[in-house]
Amino acid sequence: MLDVNIEGRKFTAADGATLHAVGQLKFKLAAASFTCIVGPSGCGKTTTLRMILGLDQEFAGHVQLSGKGTVAAVFQEPRLLPWRTVEQNVRLALPAEQAQANLDDLFTELGLSDMRNFFPAELSLGLARRAALARAFALQPQLLVLDEPFVSLDDITAERLRRLLMKLWHARPTTALMVTHNLHEAALLADRIIVFSDRPAIIIESIDIEQPQAERHAKDIDAVVLRLRGVIQQNPEE
Amino acid sequence: MLIAQGSATLNWRTLLTTVGSVAVLLVLWFVVADLLDDRSFPPPAKVGAALLTEYRSGDLLFNLGMTLMRVIAAFFVAMFIGSAIGILLGMSPTVNRFADPWLILLLNIPALVIIVLAYIWFGLNESAAVGAVALNKIPNVIVTLREGARALNPEFTEMARVYRFSTWKKLRHVVLPQLQPFFAAATRSGIALIWKIVLIVELLGRSNGVGFQIHIYFQLFDVATILAYTLSFVAVMLVIEYAILQPLERRTSRWRPARA
Repeated sequence: MLDVNIEGRKFTAADGATLHAVGQLKFKLAAASFTCIVGPSGCGKTTTLRMILGLDQEFAGHVQLSGKGTVAAVFQEPRLLPWRTVEQNVRLALPAEQAQANLDDLFTELGLSDMRNFFPAELSLGLARRAALARAFALQPQLLVLDEPFVSLDDITAERLRRLLMKLWHARPTTALMVTHNLHEAALLADRIIVFSDRPAIIIESIDIEQPQAERHAKDIDAVVLRLRGVIQQNPEE
Repeated sequence: MLIAQGSATLNWRTLLTTVGSVAVLLVLWFVVADLLDDRSFPPPAKVGAALLTEYRSGDLLFNLGMTLMRVIAAFFVAMFIGSAIGILLGMSPTVNRFADPWLILLLNIPALVIIVLAYIWFGLNESAAVGAVALNKIPNVIVTLREGARALNPEFTEMARVYRFSTWKKLRHVVLPQLQPFFAAATRSGIALIWKIVLIVELLGRSNGVGFQIHIYFQLFDVATILAYTLSFVAVMLVIEYAILQPLERRTSRWRPARA
């Protein structure tokens, strides 16, 4: 279980001006749940993830993860080490005792079996993002953080990767927290959608979706998207 | 209009250009020496003869070997110490502010002063000689690697942090590969600088090596032998460049996307 209790995060510019990026954020994620955070661009979604990942510690409050606390992240960019092959990149993310783990199934599921010995520069963006997913799932983390993992992909590739992520997550359940500005993506994947306000980010709505991912049809997804649009329209930019 | 050409033909052209360039230099040398007809500017044939004499007596290989050993020792000492300090300075602004005046001082002390002081303080021995050469090179390595450490990509540092890379894993797989171009730059400029300083060290305080031989033949006014030693050491450096440095660089940059 992930317990997020952030009091707020302010940035200070060189001239002393302060920017209130994130307001008070309190939420709990159940084990093996899939949560999406949606919100307008620049509202503090990425800042929130960075605080949860421990990459930004300049805030008041705390973030707790029960258990061993293994965390994996899929960033906006694939962030593969360019001087290591796809397989080396995946294995490097594993702790020493797991470094020799059999990854055949994972690579096959992700369609990367033929790509294991290629360098990231030889991959298309779609394949590089698959490799980033492989790295995250190989670790079998307790918490998986995804920051707009399918941004700047064409619609067809993005949709394929969404379905792939769904399949991987079902086979290897973990607590997933994903930031996206794509409402359709959130409605497709999440069992809980948290809507952020404009800066400073606070939670303006939290929607739970009971229907399991696999049973959702286009009309169900559209209904959730419509509901999200309604929430956003009630909270216009100040 | 031809706008693209396969690399096979192009390679031949580059090779021909190089060979042609060397040939023109040799012809120029021959013509000028012939016109001057002076002992102080011997033609290629005379230098070749001097080379053969030195080779047959065994002096050439022995002295080249001694110089090469000093170059290699000084190079590794300078690279190791310089890189460690440079990376530290690049990563810690506080240490950098503290060390910067020292670095500027060291960068501006003439090579000759360091060599003379090393011989006075530590005696006319091999350690003082190699140490003095290394000390001349260390500031350059520090400055180059400091820039490299400052240019490290924070995205990879964050990735390594999330995935809990150990210090050793981070150094080996994240930090050092990013510093590779800076190591290559420090190596290139380093080897060229070091061998020039080694000759001065040999001239001032050693009893063998290319620098010492040049000192002797300078007193004998034997320009042919001086050039023979110089050219053969340049040849040694060329072999190091093409047989070691370039293949090594190709190997370490395999991952880079191909470009012209």
